Amino acid sequence: MMSNPVLEVQEICKIFPGVVANQDVSLSLHSGEILALLGENGAGKSTLMNIIYGLYQPSSGEILVRGKSSKMRSPRDAIGLGIGMVHQHFQLVPVMTVVENVMLGSEMLRHGFLDREQVSQRILDLSRDYQLEVEPSTLVEDLPVGIRQRVEILKALYRDAEILILDEPTAVLTPQEIEGLFEVMDLLRRQGKSIIFITHKLKEVLRIADRIAVLRQGKLVGEVTPSEASEPRLAAMMVGREVMLQVDKKEAEPGDSILEVKGLEARNDLDEICLSEVDLKVNAGEIVGVAGVQGNGQTELVEVLTGLRPLKNGILRIGGHDLSGATPREITDRGKICHVPEDRHSYGMVDNYSVADNLVLNSYYRSPFAKGMTIQRESIDTNAETLVKKFDVRTPSVQTPGASLSGGNQQKMVIARELSRPIQLMIAAQPTRGIDVGSIEFIHQQIVAKRDEGIAVLLISSELDEIMALSDRIVVMYRGSIIGEVLNKETTRQELGLLMAGVKSDSENIQHSAP
Amino acid sequence: MSFWSRTARVAVSLVVLMLLMAILVELTPLGENKWMRVFFGVSALNFTLRAAIPLVLGALSGILCERSGIINIGIEGMMLAGAFAGFVAKSSTNDWPLYLSLVFSVIVSLGVGGLMGLLHGMLSIRFRMDQIISGSVIIILAAGLTSYLFDRDAIADGKFTPIPIPLLSEIPVIGPVLFNNPPITYLALLLVLVVHIAIFYTRWGLRTRAVGEHPRAADTEGINVNLMRYLNTMLGGMLAGLAGAYLVLEAVGQFQEGMTAGRGFISLAAMIFGNWTPFGALGAATLFGYTQALQNEFLLAGVTTIPRQFVSMLPYVVTIIAVSGLVGRVRAPAAIGRPYDTEGGR
Repeated sequence: MMSNPVLEVQEICKIFPGVVANQDVSLSLHSGEILALLGENGAGKSTLMNIIYGLYQPSSGEILVRGKSSKMRSPRDAIGLGIGMVHQHFQLVPVMTVVENVMLGSEMLRHGFLDREQVSQRILDLSRDYQLEVEPSTLVEDLPVGIRQRVEILKALYRDAEILILDEPTAVLTPQEIEGLFEVMDLLRRQGKSIIFITHKLKEVLRIADRIAVLRQGKLVGEVTPSEASEPRLAAMMVGREVMLQVDKKEAEPGDSILEVKGLEARNDLDEICLSEVDLKVNAGEIVGVAGVQGNGQTELVEVLTGLRPLKNGILRIGGHDLSGATPREITDRGKICHVPEDRHSYGMVDNYSVADNLVLNSYYRSPFAKGMTIQRESIDTNAETLVKKFDVRTPSVQTPGASLSGGNQQKMVIARELSRPIQLMIAAQPTRGIDVGSIEFIHQQIVAKRDEGIAVLLISSELDEIMALSDRIVVMYRGSIIGEVLNKETTRQELGLLMAGVKSDSENIQHSAP
Repeated sequence: MSFWSRTARVAVSLVVLMLLMAILVELTPLGENKWMRVFFGVSALNFTLRAAIPLVLGALSGILCERSGIINIGIEGMMLAGAFAGFVAKSSTNDWPLYLSLVFSVIVSLGVGGLMGLLHGMLSIRFRMDQIISGSVIIILAAGLTSYLFDRDAIADGKFTPIPIPLLSEIPVIGPVLFNNPPITYLALLLVLVVHIAIFYTRWGLRTRAVGEHPRAADTEGINVNLMRYLNTMLGGMLAGLAGAYLVLEAVGQFQEGMTAGRGFISLAAMIFGNWTPFGALGAATLFGYTQALQNEFLLAGVTTIPRQFVSMLPYVVTIIAVSGLVGRVRAPAAIGRPYDTEGGR
């Protein structure tokens, strides 16, 4: 099977001021192959790919494309050699159409003017060949995330890419969309394209890759095939020690009811009903998981519970207080809740603030962080030093801007802040989205520890694995309502999957067609 | 499509409406009403066009810069520098044949405007200066330098005169307003169309917009972000210089200290009001020009019922209303004002 490699990376080193991002990394990629590049955040995966794509220059080492030594001075060189990249953060201009985005940088011209029609036709041909349906004249900003990714892939194919680099393509996708992406990847492979697939999700790697290369702290630590690998083994290679994939927890001992929601109704930003007749109860000392395909009202539910979205109808009681219609601060203060928001960059932190300031966003206005009108720098910094240590937030200093931390460390910072004051209810939305195994493990332990202290936990996650690993009880949301409730130890993935698709388990009659 | 925005449509309809009113006033008994003549007579339209041309050019200058992501608050300064350069060139070539000397002066204005653009580009790209500050520096520099260097005894002989376009200028109302103008006026109107096509239908325009909206995306497609930005600020500077040339070589015939009198700022307002589109800017500039024309018309018609000061306020009041967003939402290029870094030290 081993033809000559289409791409070879030889002893690549990349040194950023103060950091060695890649050290002697050598890889090869054959045609019609999916090579998974596995590693934690900050392991140097993206740096390596940016080097191959010409965005970074290596400090030393060589890249061979089809056996020929090639220097990538800019993405233009890489594109010219048939390398295409789908970036983790999509590189699409929102206010431009799909056509304009696809042709940008490699425009087709007719009489000196942009030839939108020909490009459109080309896009339609490619979307037919690779099952990547998209309407060329739509504005990118009007497209959902899954479709935007298609546009990114189309961009690469339009440039006749033979080697595709997919940088964390699944991080932003729902389980269904991930399946769709895998089908596309498989199709591309069968048509002879070579793919480098970057991820840190073990299941995905085992599911789709032909070969798996593992990076840790900038170094290649091993190469395996899926048949000889297993999740625990891969995790150990990635993290450098044994990792507990199963969360170790004892039986829950539920106490009094903390969160009580009855007949909740709310509207979304388009003023459509997005939550109706939601009844929910979370007791002290238990973790209730909210499962469901993204966009079935989970986001809005969290917003209503935290006071960010007005509730139209219904009752919200936390710890015996009626907090229906209360402001976010009233809810946090009187309800003693903490909130780990699903989008940490928009709601969880201020990117340009230091770690220390980010750690007091929910308490800067009270003692000991404020005295009258003035902020007490010293106690803010001491507080930060303590929390950073306790929650294993890896940062050069507490004065470093939050934005320059890795995703996992940002999330640990958010969680450290949220858990740093007395609470009785924790609302955690997608607490481990897009972060590394080590951090996931740590955060999961923290959540279980809080439960064991007698705190009520509401966990919202679109990752079924996470829900099943942590929850004591599971409720499933479908089209703005809770369609079913099960005990974790008595349920199966299949049963939950059916509920998530809107099929009621007990009566087996189909409630709605899929959204 | 996206670029044919609502504001642009509103603005263009406004221009057409004014022309229609003028036709009615000139050709029907409606013209017997004195107020109608003041508001919509051919002379009001002529004034409007003359006041609008530097605004149109200034706004186009802003559009080129800002579409590529560089805030250009310095239009006023680039315009003034262009005007002064044109004047110096004209007054020192008085002995040349008139047209040669005029065309030469226009070229000098363009060049100096372009240099001011380059300076703005270097301050904001190379030296990563805050672009608002850099623009302000350009304005202060131009005001100071032109005032210091201005030779008050210098005289420019002659200026551009109207060239009636055969046949078209015979059309009643539209002819005398649109087709009997000096060359920079024609050029400015033509440039609206040219810039529109360039921005939305050429490779250069697509790249310019991408660089102003999402420079990283452009970079990953192999586009040299900062080169595009330099190019655009220089072209923008040249257009502002042309606006200055218009003031000296076509409108007034001489240079006066601070003769741009805030036109650069009103151009900015026209650019924003026109939602960063050339035709939108044309409509907005026409509206602002019209408010200035009304001042003159009121004066000429001897209108005293409205205090003159109130009429003089009109252009600025309309500008404030336009920019405060009361007239529909506009959207600036997303990456505007932010210097672009290629990561990883390329």
